Amino acid sequence: MNADPAADELARVVREHAGQLAASLVSLLGDFSAAEDLVQDAIEIALKRWPEEGIPDRPDGWLFTVARRRGLDVLRRQQNYRSKLAQLQWPIHRAPDDRLRLIFTCCHPALAREAQIALTLRVVCGLTTAQVAAAFLVPESTVAQRITRAKRKIADAGIPYRIPRDDELAERLGEVLTVIYLLFNEGYLSSTSDRAHSRDLVDDAEWLTALLVGLLPNEPEASGLLSLIRLHRARVAGRFTSDGQLVLLQDQDRSKWDHRAIADATALLTRTARRHRSPGPYQLQAAIAACHCEAVTWADTDWRQILVLYDMLLHLQPTPVTKLQRAVAARYVYGAQAALAELDDLQAALKNYPLFHATRAEFLRADGRTAAAHEADKEAIKLTSNPAQLDILHDRLAAY
Amino acid sequence: MKYVLMFVDTEEYAKELEALSPAELEDVYQRVNQWFIDHAAKIRNSGSKLQGASSATTVRLDGPEPVTTDGPFMEGKEVISGFTEIEVENLDEALRMVKTWPACPVVEIRPVES
Repeated sequence: MNADPAADELARVVREHAGQLAASLVSLLGDFSAAEDLVQDAIEIALKRWPEEGIPDRPDGWLFTVARRRGLDVLRRQQNYRSKLAQLQWPIHRAPDDRLRLIFTCCHPALAREAQIALTLRVVCGLTTAQVAAAFLVPESTVAQRITRAKRKIADAGIPYRIPRDDELAERLGEVLTVIYLLFNEGYLSSTSDRAHSRDLVDDAEWLTALLVGLLPNEPEASGLLSLIRLHRARVAGRFTSDGQLVLLQDQDRSKWDHRAIADATALLTRTARRHRSPGPYQLQAAIAACHCEAVTWADTDWRQILVLYDMLLHLQPTPVTKLQRAVAARYVYGAQAALAELDDLQAALKNYPLFHATRAEFLRADGRTAAAHEADKEAIKLTSNPAQLDILHDRLAAY
Repeated sequence: MKYVLMFVDTEEYAKELEALSPAELEDVYQRVNQWFIDHAAKIRNSGSKLQGASSATTVRLDGPEPVTTDGPFMEGKEVISGFTEIEVENLDEALRMVKTWPACPVVEIRPVES
């Protein structure tokens, strides 16, 4: 969560225009890497100047002018680029789907996942390398290297700047949604008070998904992901105490949730479900989140409905983590003992996953096995470095 | 753009092939031939099937003296069993082509330096 409104505004303006400019310049120059460098330079300059001079009235024109001047300067030896840039006037005529091409290129399956994430943030959302590095707590040089390698691969391997054909679209869109979902998760799980000054990745993830839904309005899973992200964000005010401590769902003050946003996101989900048969994984996860959001109190949670949704999700995505989440719902429907039995089967797959042990501790405690619960909590503490999770686990050990 | 497709065999695939009857094996060859016919316009050579990895000899030139050893350069469960050069628009077209490949389980796509 970003505490500084001026920084938020700056991020918002850059994000709104940087990707647009990058998309236009890639089309114009026919060189992804060169175009991206120019935009990145313009962003760096904007981030230095705008906080002092104020955000210009036409930030897009400003960024364009700086990128163009920079291009004429650095591309001196490439006559062909120079003449294209020299003729270029603002505003650029842009194709409506330029940004879609940009997104699909950044998330091409021939690029490593980390490179897809870094490229998407930098090129589509206009983050600087330093901001990407801060968001993922990795050295700036690591991010710079990932970007350089990815751009080289795009050029060398002949990754095209295009929207996938209809028969490829489902798979390629899946790749894009995975990248955004990972961004969202990273932002959501790490949004503790420690990172108050870093870029809010959840914001970027929501913006990207909304952009995607705008460009591909008939893709139900894109809408499903947007609902999911918005439902989670709607609860953010209840997720943390005023001093930044994480509050578990069962203990949250539900009056702090944004009920208007919940209603909107649920409406989007319902509209999507009405138009398309058999919901995909993001729609199902959004439906589960909606069940939680609609419960007036923790005790009102419709666990049977949630269990049904998890069964549908497992049918599409039989991963151990989803099974773990289903076990939580099973606990409230069938009791702690039955849920513990489900966890036994997951022991091997999830033995290094802190939430597995934390969940097991909860079930054991509910079943009256306090000593075993203690051991499980300690195991979870050993495995997590997330400060918000650690706080809760330590509190729990102290309380019982 | 030009790419080389490197066809990679795995131990499991080799075992699967061994277990096939002559008629089934013929069927596999038939499908491979058909694939080459279907993509003939994009294939720049007819494709070369290599003899087994046990027939390979590797020479290492990075020491003080060249060292000749028996076997492929990388010891592993996956070995290159053949290759072909193709000329297509871009990586997406190469990927589409490779996804219809009917035989060995792994294919590496490498752009050729121009």
